[in-house]
Amino acid sequence: MKRLTTLLAASAAMVFASAGGASAQMDKVKACFIYVGPVGDFGWSYQHDQGRKQVEEELGDKVETAFLESVPEGADAERAIERFARSGCNIIFTTSFGYMDATNAVAGRFPDVKFEHATGYKREHDNVSTYNSKFYEGRYVQGVIAGQLTESNTIGYIASFPIPEVVRGINSFYIGAQSVNPDVKVNVVWANTWFDPGKEADAAKALIDQGADIITQHTDSTAPMQVAAERGIKAFGQASDMINFGPETQLTSIIDDWGPYYVERIKALLDGNYEQSDTWHGFAEGNVRMAPYTNMSDDVKADAEEAEKKITSDELEPFSGPLKKKDGSDFLAEGERADDGALLGMNFYVEGIEGDLPN
Amino acid sequence: MIALDKRPNPSALYATLSPFIALALTLIAGVILFLAIGKSPAAALYAYFIEPLTEGWSLHELAVKATPLILIGAGLCIAFLSGNWNIGAEGQLVMGAIAGALVPVLMPEFRNILTLPLMLCLGMLGGALWASVPGLLKAKFGTSEILTSLMLVYVAQLFLDWLVRGPWRDPAGYNFPQTVRFSPEATMPAIDYASGRAHWGFGIAIIVALALWYMLARTRRGFSLRVTGQSPRAARFGGFSPGRTTMFAFLLSGALAGLAGIIEVSGAIGQLRPTISPGYGFTAIIVAFLGRLNPAGAILAGLVLALSYLGGEAAQITLGVSDKIARVFQGMILFFVLGCDTLINYRIRLKGASVSGTAAVTPAATVGPEQKRDIDAAAGAVPEAGRHA
Amino acid sequence: MLEAILISIATAATPLFLAAIGELVSERAGVLNLGVEGMMAMGAVTGFGIGLATGSPLIGALAAVIVGAVFSLLFAFLTLTLASNQVATGLALTLLGLGVSGQIGEAYVGQPGVRMGPVFLGLDPIFWFSLVLLVVVAWFLFHTKPGLKVRAVGDSHVSAHALGVPVIAIRYAAVAFGGACAGLAGAYLSLVYTPQWVEAMTAGRGWIALALVVFASWRPVRVLVGAWLFGAITIGQLQIQAMSLSTIAGFAAPLDSIVGALKSVPSQFLSSLPYLATVVVLVLISRNRRLALVNTPACLGQPFVPDR
Repeated sequence: MKRLTTLLAASAAMVFASAGGASAQMDKVKACFIYVGPVGDFGWSYQHDQGRKQVEEELGDKVETAFLESVPEGADAERAIERFARSGCNIIFTTSFGYMDATNAVAGRFPDVKFEHATGYKREHDNVSTYNSKFYEGRYVQGVIAGQLTESNTIGYIASFPIPEVVRGINSFYIGAQSVNPDVKVNVVWANTWFDPGKEADAAKALIDQGADIITQHTDSTAPMQVAAERGIKAFGQASDMINFGPETQLTSIIDDWGPYYVERIKALLDGNYEQSDTWHGFAEGNVRMAPYTNMSDDVKADAEEAEKKITSDELEPFSGPLKKKDGSDFLAEGERADDGALLGMNFYVEGIEGDLPN
Repeated sequence: MIALDKRPNPSALYATLSPFIALALTLIAGVILFLAIGKSPAAALYAYFIEPLTEGWSLHELAVKATPLILIGAGLCIAFLSGNWNIGAEGQLVMGAIAGALVPVLMPEFRNILTLPLMLCLGMLGGALWASVPGLLKAKFGTSEILTSLMLVYVAQLFLDWLVRGPWRDPAGYNFPQTVRFSPEATMPAIDYASGRAHWGFGIAIIVALALWYMLARTRRGFSLRVTGQSPRAARFGGFSPGRTTMFAFLLSGALAGLAGIIEVSGAIGQLRPTISPGYGFTAIIVAFLGRLNPAGAILAGLVLALSYLGGEAAQITLGVSDKIARVFQGMILFFVLGCDTLINYRIRLKGASVSGTAAVTPAATVGPEQKRDIDAAAGAVPEAGRHA
Repeated sequence: MLEAILISIATAATPLFLAAIGELVSERAGVLNLGVEGMMAMGAVTGFGIGLATGSPLIGALAAVIVGAVFSLLFAFLTLTLASNQVATGLALTLLGLGVSGQIGEAYVGQPGVRMGPVFLGLDPIFWFSLVLLVVVAWFLFHTKPGLKVRAVGDSHVSAHALGVPVIAIRYAAVAFGGACAGLAGAYLSLVYTPQWVEAMTAGRGWIALALVVFASWRPVRVLVGAWLFGAITIGQLQIQAMSLSTIAGFAAPLDSIVGALKSVPSQFLSSLPYLATVVVLVLISRNRRLALVNTPACLGQPFVPDR
């Protein structure tokens, strides 16, 4: 009997919740965030949480936020998202690719709550939006820097998994490096992890042992930066500014700045002009930023800033023709730019990169 | 100093009481813990243990979370009672999920009423086969099953990782590491879709646990398992083969872990991914002990553990308590349960104090038909790890 | 280049070796402690925190040793005094260690720590200490009277007890030694390997250490060999990937094709080798009765309650 009453109470609460959501203006928004790692990972989840804090700062008492950290992808994600949907959240940001199907499933049951899924491509209901950042723009700038600074003409690249996001980054980095140094080689090691400081450090050591004199990484820990510092070479940070871990080492870092996007979306919800969208922002919108250019000559710094400016103003696109794939087939013709579809599904190296993609 | 006196017979009273004493101690420790991190203990304990029970959908989620824990935990009760330390259920879960997923991944066109039953059978087969390795090695060569079963967990996880990143990867999935989504025919149906996502896997788990309880309490097979766990020698005198018991225990617990794996994948996840379980196979070890190695007790224990996961999330949202605390909590529950178990088989005495002493009689010496009726006593006798046949 | 690779391997092997040699002593005394991963995590966070606070990595390492030992006494109290099940208690210790270390360490995330640098031949003091430790443990276990007692307790606690050996006291000491070593292994991660703290930075190394003890069939020197083998597999996998094709072309033809073939093996297969190897070793040991009798502690995992 008691259980029956709680069930009834629950459904009453649901009716109330669905009456509350509307596309009109709102006085206050509850924004909720789900992270795949601990907020203390100093990488991916940390940066999303920085975005959440920016929302609180800028929107003040018009917004209330909540978050859940270390939510495993899979069965637990759906529960976590649903818990938020039921606890009065008006907009829920799910910040890992693996939350894609869970996000869409819950969205179908809560048509009045807005769902925002990072890095995915499925929008099965009109209350689901997707967003991502063009990190590859930053990797091009890194390539421009590394191509000029390398003496051994070998740059070490620690990669996580061969998904399009990572492959795109490698290609963009290589194209950037090639634009200033035709002899440059990029040596890629797949660590097969997003986060394992020990293994990432070992990968950095292996690359340095094999002649790399600059290290860049697409994994999340600060360990490679520390190894580079120990060995006295230069390196690029990842996701956040890692200058504390290599004051003499870090050249720059691609900073995932989710704050502007989060503020924009929540503001739209407050103002009543929120619409479903598929957002892929980069330098121009401020979602991708470069940490200060350090430990390099002014000439190199000027070139880096130049490249950043040109990409920001859309004068330059890293993926523009003529470009060939590694197998020799044509990718882009002279003057052609890659469309989003080709970039999002990228699963090949461009011509000139040594080695093969795993699997 | 604390010293122990062995009871002539395991105490039925403490066998029943000890989980409750343990839970009470955990609550006390929890209060201290929350005071230490500056949170209101009342609010925290409410969030952990009451709040998830106050809403209908949350009860559904409790069932979803408890399903694999009950299935694996009940199987492990059998294994542990018979003295077979299968701690590799996590790997058997993974292999069960892989074997069951053969159907929807490799034969996506095979979609009819038989799809799901076939998957469940394959899942059990996969888990049982993976568990048969440590079982066979123990039965044949006396190889320590604790370590072999644990090692095979990592091998299974790496195998799954390779499959979903390589040959089984969804060709339309932008290279992301996951298989195609299962068809509706390959999905475990929901009990009541309108109110939440609990699926019939929960029903299966309850039925299986009760069936195992019956087998253990009322059948000759169950008797032989219990005797073997308490004394392999006595079992041999009784005409039971310890080798065959070992194989049975491993095949059974492996099959149930495999079943849990395919149910989790087909019911809650809907596809294979690099990780499909947040350590259910290990948490189920806590479940088995908290349930007093009684498959029926595993139902309750599975629900309690599932509650602690859900409560962890609730506490995170309402109080900002970090998710680490949930793990500390689970570790403490297990510690207290194990500590309190001592009361069942021993009297605790401070050294120097005198206790009217009866000669310690080992349970092996008291094995007889009469014990068949004494369910509580048998459930209370925890066999010793690593005892060789 | 070879020298650098060897240093990398030694660095990867040292935490495994330290945790394993401690567990070996504990298992020789008949106690199976599956809580290595948790004790390592506690050591890592302690080493980092105290190192940062005092500015001295050495003090950090010492504190980690103490915390590792104290933390393991929790396990010892339950399994030895209260005769609880060792397998389950060990798992609980791991849960507790990972949770508590994550909670304590929240404040340390994103801070670079103090680093214990190389002192001799490019290697750090803890590495050299670990070699000394190996000699001491091997000598202690097999050439001293107390060492004999430790082994006797692990082989037959009933006989040892009958001969007046204090079984429980010796097991307490062995478990504490195991905890101290695991704590040091954790500190090695957060002070030498990667001088930083992040949650779960032990990344499963505690479990590999458990496998190593068996792989070494409870012989100290073989633990070192095993740790180096495990380290070599990890490092080799990355080094082979990093070998660019032009470097390989410089080698003789057969080596070229070997490296080429190795590059095409899925990394998951290579990663699973240590675990498979451990299973094989376990089978080999137990098949050979004589070998099993000599090396395997016969009472491993069994609780002991002395009769009055």
